[in-house]
Amino acid sequence: MGDRPVTNTPASANQISVSGTGLRVDEARRGWRHQLVYIGRLLWRDKSGVIGLVLFLTLVFSAVFAPWISPHDPLSQHLSESKLPPAWTEGGDWKYPLGTDNLGRDLLSRIIYGSRVSLTVGLVGVVIACGLGMLIGLVSGYAGGRVDAAISGFVNLILALPYLLFVVFIASILGRSLINVIMIFGITDSPIFARTTRGEVLRLREAGYVESAMAIGAGGWKILFDHILPNLIGPLITVATFTMSAMIFYEAGLGFLGLSVPPSVPSWGNMLSSGRKYLTTAPWIAGFPGLAIMFASLGMNLLGDWLRDVLDPRLRRVKK
Amino acid sequence: MQRYLVSRLIQSIAILFGVLVLVFFMVRVTGDPATIMMPREASPESIEAFRHKMGFDRPVIVQFWDFLTHAVVGDFGNSLHFKIPALPLILERLPATVQLAAGGMLLALVVAIPLGLVGGSTPGSVWDGIGRLIGLLGQSIPNFWLALVLIFFFAVRLRLLPSFGRDELRSMILPCFVLGLPTMGSLVRLTRSAVLEIRGEDYVRTAYSKGLRPNLIYVRHILRNAAIPLVSVIGVQFGYMLGGSIYIETIFSWPGMGQMIEQAIGWRDYPLVQAIAFLTSVIVVVLNLFTDMAYALIDPRIRYGR
Repeated sequence: MGDRPVTNTPASANQISVSGTGLRVDEARRGWRHQLVYIGRLLWRDKSGVIGLVLFLTLVFSAVFAPWISPHDPLSQHLSESKLPPAWTEGGDWKYPLGTDNLGRDLLSRIIYGSRVSLTVGLVGVVIACGLGMLIGLVSGYAGGRVDAAISGFVNLILALPYLLFVVFIASILGRSLINVIMIFGITDSPIFARTTRGEVLRLREAGYVESAMAIGAGGWKILFDHILPNLIGPLITVATFTMSAMIFYEAGLGFLGLSVPPSVPSWGNMLSSGRKYLTTAPWIAGFPGLAIMFASLGMNLLGDWLRDVLDPRLRRVKK
Repeated sequence: MQRYLVSRLIQSIAILFGVLVLVFFMVRVTGDPATIMMPREASPESIEAFRHKMGFDRPVIVQFWDFLTHAVVGDFGNSLHFKIPALPLILERLPATVQLAAGGMLLALVVAIPLGLVGGSTPGSVWDGIGRLIGLLGQSIPNFWLALVLIFFFAVRLRLLPSFGRDELRSMILPCFVLGLPTMGSLVRLTRSAVLEIRGEDYVRTAYSKGLRPNLIYVRHILRNAAIPLVSVIGVQFGYMLGGSIYIETIFSWPGMGQMIEQAIGWRDYPLVQAIAFLTSVIVVVLNLFTDMAYALIDPRIRYGR
């Protein structure tokens, strides 16, 4: 890639479209701005990818601008207006669009603020898991031999465990706090990144261009930064998207069991947990936060599916 | 093949040893297991007495050796809540969890395999659309929320199905569906992509060109080859269901190990939690081992290789 002009290719070859996308090869080869345009067009062609991106951006928007867009204070209680149904149903009030919970707190505002917990856990958790996993994977893939065998054994150990059970176990011991939840997911999800990194490193080390680079005397660091790391970005971003979706999902699950952030913090899991008691009388209290979790998770999954197709050129052709 | 199995067996034992280490140190990660296991309002004297009674005041290495030698023979000590050995308590709960997982798996297979086969053979058709939708929903719907929604509609509103307990066969329907949906989703996706991929293989084209009947090609070439990745995923997913039914058992008051671990955490009964975590890991690891053996049996590349 990069800006290097393709001189020795016949003009006709440049006109061949990247199959399935209708885009010309030469468009894909120009600078980063063209790359962005190219990626944008690929995205537009995959409508489910667009939906995923919109859902994800909504999540980010509501987390960042929560104080400005939420109609009420998520913590202020109005006991006289408790368990109000959504505005469009009988007995509802547009003052509280999605209704209120058992303490008369505005559900919409709590959901908007709850996105902050989900996004923080997802983003920071993924950054920790990815950083840690990448480091472990690089060491394992580079060192080979006994070091690799020991690290891979440990990674397989973690991946073989009943994940949910151990997450619940450790969360119950460490206690309810945002930092604890982030650390738990950051550490328990790092083996996936380690395995992906190791696999890619082993594959890349055998690649012709790495061998050529070594043959002309490029140093280890140069090969790492010029060839290994850039090629790792694609697979790792894809894994990161799916992992983030899973973290948002499991954070809510921990909250549901009363093991995530403290009960005073508005989070989707905590809302579900308290709404569960009013399932028969006020089903919307548990209903809306559940929808929020579903759409966030759906968005990340769609985005991940799309990224996998776009970032892996080998798969681009398979797409209809 | 034998060498492969022996190495897998050694690997499994190593993993279980690793689990024991993990389970032992997890209750010590905050530094003091006694305060974790005692009620919040316990006096310092009673915590001290408890620490001595449980042997937490001995050197860690001695405690670890003690824990290890007892755990290997299935002795995890007494449950703090029930005051009787933990293992029989768990074994009593095991059948309910296995029943739930088996029901969920059956449901997933019955729906997912046909949908995946049809979807993979006729991409873009209505059935393919349904299959892909299930794949997406199974991945994205939080099961603890789906359980609440289904209870609300089928138990509270329509009064068709019981919302909790394990008294009759009908009470299995909702929890099995909720537990099975994610597996259903991933199996549809997997079957579909396996069929799609195999349909394009050279040997399928050769079979067509030598005039073999399409039905025969489907059974002999496509189905047989699609079964290989399925077997491994089914085994892994079953293990995942056994260890992942905490929410579902809690919500539906299903008297299995998942409900017990949730209760045990509430009681701060960590010897019981440790025992459940280890036992579930044993089951999952053994299941994975069997899966790999089955895999080696049906895939000639592994059978003759190595």
